[in-house]
Parts: sequence; structure tokens; C-alpha cells
Amino acid sequence: MGKYIEMIRIRFLMMLAYRTNYYTGILIYSINIGAYYFLWSAIYGGKENIQGLSISQMITYVAVSWMARAFYFNNIDREIAMEIKEGKVAVELIRPYHYLGMKTMQALGEGIFRLVFFSLPGMVIVSFIFPLQFSTDVSTWGFFALSILFSFIINTQINLMTGMLTFFLFNVDGLMRSKRVLIDLFSGLLLPISFYPLWAQELMKWFPFQAISYLPSMIFTEGFKGQEVVEAILLQALWAVILIIPIQIMWSLAKKKMVIQGG
Amino acid sequence: MNVIEVEHLRKEFKSYSSRSGLKGAFRDLFTRNYKTIQAVDDISFSVKKGEMVGYIGENGAGKSTTIKMLTGILTPSAGKVLVNGMNPHKEREKFVRTIGVVFGQRSQLWWDIAVQESFRLLKKVYQVSDQDYNEHMNHVIKTLDIEPLLDKPVRKLSLGQRMRCELAAALIHNPPLLFLDEPTIGLDVLVKLKIRQFLKEINEKYQTTILLTTHDLSDIEALCERVIMLDEGKIIYDGSLEHLRNEWGEGKQIEFQFGNEVEKERLFQITHDINVHWTKGERGNVWIAQLTNPESEMSELISRVVAAEKIIDLSIQEISTEEIIRNIYEKGEATK
Repeated sequence: MGKYIEMIRIRFLMMLAYRTNYYTGILIYSINIGAYYFLWSAIYGGKENIQGLSISQMITYVAVSWMARAFYFNNIDREIAMEIKEGKVAVELIRPYHYLGMKTMQALGEGIFRLVFFSLPGMVIVSFIFPLQFSTDVSTWGFFALSILFSFIINTQINLMTGMLTFFLFNVDGLMRSKRVLIDLFSGLLLPISFYPLWAQELMKWFPFQAISYLPSMIFTEGFKGQEVVEAILLQALWAVILIIPIQIMWSLAKKKMVIQGG
Repeated sequence: MNVIEVEHLRKEFKSYSSRSGLKGAFRDLFTRNYKTIQAVDDISFSVKKGEMVGYIGENGAGKSTTIKMLTGILTPSAGKVLVNGMNPHKEREKFVRTIGVVFGQRSQLWWDIAVQESFRLLKKVYQVSDQDYNEHMNHVIKTLDIEPLLDKPVRKLSLGQRMRCELAAALIHNPPLLFLDEPTIGLDVLVKLKIRQFLKEINEKYQTTILLTTHDLSDIEALCERVIMLDEGKIIYDGSLEHLRNEWGEGKQIEFQFGNEVEKERLFQITHDINVHWTKGERGNVWIAQLTNPESEMSELISRVVAAEKIIDLSIQEISTEEIIRNIYEKGEATK
């Protein structure tokens, strides 16, 4: 376990090595939240609520979704793809650890870094500018924390799979870009799932995407109540377990198929 | 005890060849021409504890592929591999604790962070105790002279500095077996010497077994008593470097520059009872004598030639290992 914790620490150091990325990151996230604030204010246009969400719930939803995204979002799919393409995966395989486990830990290091140095301060700043509605219920915060942990796990699992596709397809840049848009859209980051037409909502129940953003944000804004919260978290847990299966299959296939590119 | 045992090892890659032209490119979208390449073709060898073995071959001969199978990175297509008593790719995580690897062409240190942070992480990864680390690594760091580099990020190091750090990183857990894949590529003479000296030292001190691939034969000459030569995936020579030199080195050559024109017949006449082979040199009045038994006939040959003809210059050359190896590759095989 020590080595995995050490990896989180190393990732912290690496993030600190490229600080400017994060200053610009804060700016971009604030602009996004601002843009959605004005967009949604225009859409609500005086209406009390749409699809059961009030305007301040909606703004909180948007702010929280973006801040949660800073935590669960990571680039390990791109990193894995690059390491495979450049043959660096060879170096990873001579180390006594599980490659995917270590990648997940790196992602977690990145996630914690952003949560502490980016999301939390960002949230404080945003709450001064926009009328956000925070719950005072401790259990809501607790459930939310648990929920974004699952968001991280599910999103990372999807990233692992996308990255590993490089073993089979050799170049997955286009796929990774479309995956990112797909997740932003279907996870409920851009639009809460309850705003989608019924058939689309029905369809999305069969995909893990809404477990990434929609469920935790709904928990935080108290759009879900009581039993619904527990069900949402159970659904996330279920996805986290199910996704282990394709990852294991892909990994064992990849090891057999592996070609170290570039000598 | 054998550290490495390889029997009938094979690795084949499937590669596709693109058809030419636009029409060919469209056809490639649907069906592809596959070609199977035998990167490593039925090789067997074993390495004993404490040996330093040079693994040589031309580019694409299958050296790196073999190393990657021995280190558990690639799965063999067929055959048996047993390294440190384990099957490398089956028990990968346990196995890699017992080996150290340096790939000359790629870095295994973390690019953006200081060298000592990489070391610290590796120390945790290999679960090395503080005491062992201090005892072993202080020595390594001193010998490789990398103390002043430890707090610099890897991307700011020169190639020679980086390679010394890579070597130290591969030795953090003091592995009994070390794989070096072109460790001296692109390094200057001083760094090369330092690395060689260091490798010799750890081999003596810890009985570390070393398998080394390189294109620089002086590395092999300095370090290895045994060489395994590979060509197109097959082993063409496995034996001592000494034997290779004796068998293929064919003595010495002496270059004479004469003061005036000398006929071939005249030279034959002077040296008719000496086992020597004369060839004309590239410049005028230069003849090269290839001598098979230099111990007994060198002085005889020189004294006769000098007594009979006027010479301006004379030089004695050893046939270099490089030349020997080139000869072997041209002929395609070597005797065992």
C-alpha cells in the first residue's frame, strides 16, 4: 500500500511542477460556470422551477457539477495511450506493481490535488459571485462525498478502458475526444438528465455515464431525497463493480497482444 | 545454478503491409495483408550466476525482443523461459523484484521531478528498508558520482548524467540479475568507462549476473567473457570472446611501405616457408602480410623483408573484434 500512497505524493509534486496549468484551469472553470449561470437565468426567465429544480438549485447544480468534475476528471486515458504508443509501458511492466492500479492512484493524486487546491477555493469564490444554495444537512455532505468518490472510480474505469484500446487499435485520439464530449453530455454535466426526453432518460439508465455527474450533483442540490439518495449511491457502486469485468478482460488480452512499439 | 534458462524460445509478430496507391489504401480498409515475422526463432541458452554475458546482433536481430521476454514484458509465442527460477510473465509482479533493467533508449525515471524523488518512490515500490537503502545506495551514488544531480529534475540532466542515474535507479533493490539494453548508447568515453568500472565492481561484490546488449563492442571486450551472437532471430554463436578471437581473429597483420616498387613474386620468394598471406595495400608500394602464427614467425618475417628490401614504414595491427564480427555476419554463421 505504501507504494501507492507514495505515487499519490509523486503526482502532487508533478502537479506542482506545472502550476500555471492550474491557474488557467481555475479561470476556465469560472468562465464555464459564469456562462451557464447566464444561460440558465435566461431559460428560467422568472419561472419558479423547471423539472422540479428551482433556479438557485439549478445554479448550484451547475457549480457543483463543474467543481466535482475537477475531482473526477483526469487524463489517464491519454497518458496510457501515449505510454503504449511510445513504448513506455515496457518500463512500467518491469516494476512490481499493477500498471492499472498505479495509473488509478496517479489519477487519484491528481484528483485530490485539484479538489484541495482548485475545487474548494473555486467554490468559495463562486459562492460570493453567484447565489448558490448549500445544504446545511451533514448527511447530504457525507453522501455527496461518497458519491463523488464513486464518480471518480467510474470515470477512471472508463478512462482505463479507453486508454487500453490503444493496445488493440494503436491510435485512439479521435475516440478519446469523442468520449470526453460524450461523458460531458450524458453524465448530466451540461444538462441534468431529468431535462432529457423520457425515452432518452430510459436509455441512459443502461449506461454508466449518469453515475459520473448527474447522481452526485442531484444529491448535493437535494434534488434527490431519502430513499432516492441511497438508490443513487447503490447504482454507482453497482457500476463500479460491473466495470471491473471488461477491464480485467481487456488487460489480460492486452498482455498477450502487446507489442512494444519503437524498439 | 542457472539464473537464466531459455529453451526453444520463439516470438512471432504479425505485421501488416500496406498496399500501394490510393486503390490499395481503400482495399486496406477492408482486408489487410498480414505477414508473420519471426523476431526470435527457436533460441536456447542458459546463463550461470555471476556471469557477464554480451548479447550482440545487428539492428532488428531480436536482441531487445529477447530481453523483453526475459523480463516478462512480452509473452513468448512458444518455448520455455525460466529466470531466477520463475516464469517471468506468469509471476510478473513477484519476478520483477528480483531483476534490474536499464533501457538505454528510454528513461525510467519520472521526467518532471527530482531524481531523489524518483529514488524515493522506487525505494517504496521495491520495499527496501532504510538501512539497506542507505548502505547500498550511498555507495552506488558515490561510485557513479551522482550526488550533485539528486535534487535536479530529470529533464534538466544531460544524457550521461541521466544514464548514471538510470543505472543507480535500476540497482535500488540490489537485484541479483541485471539486464542492460544498450546502456552506453550515445555516451562519451569517460562516462562509458565509469559505467563499465562500476558494473565490474558490482559483479565482483554481489555476484550480480549481467546480460548486456550493445552495439559498442568495446563494452563487451571490457566486461564480458562470454558472448551470444544473434542474427535474424537465431543464435549464431554462443561461447567465449577469447575463443571467438582465436578462431576468427586469424593472427595479426603487418603493413609494409616499401621505398620502391616490389613485385609480388619477390615477396613470395623471400617468405616462401612462412605461413603468410600477402595482399596489396590501397596506396602505392604498400603490402599487407596476414600472419597466422605471429608468436613464432613475426620476427622472422620482418627481418627477412627488411633485409631484402628498403622499407619506409611498418605497422603491426591486431585484427579487431569489430572486424571479426563483421566477418561472421558476412558469412552468416560461426562455429561453436
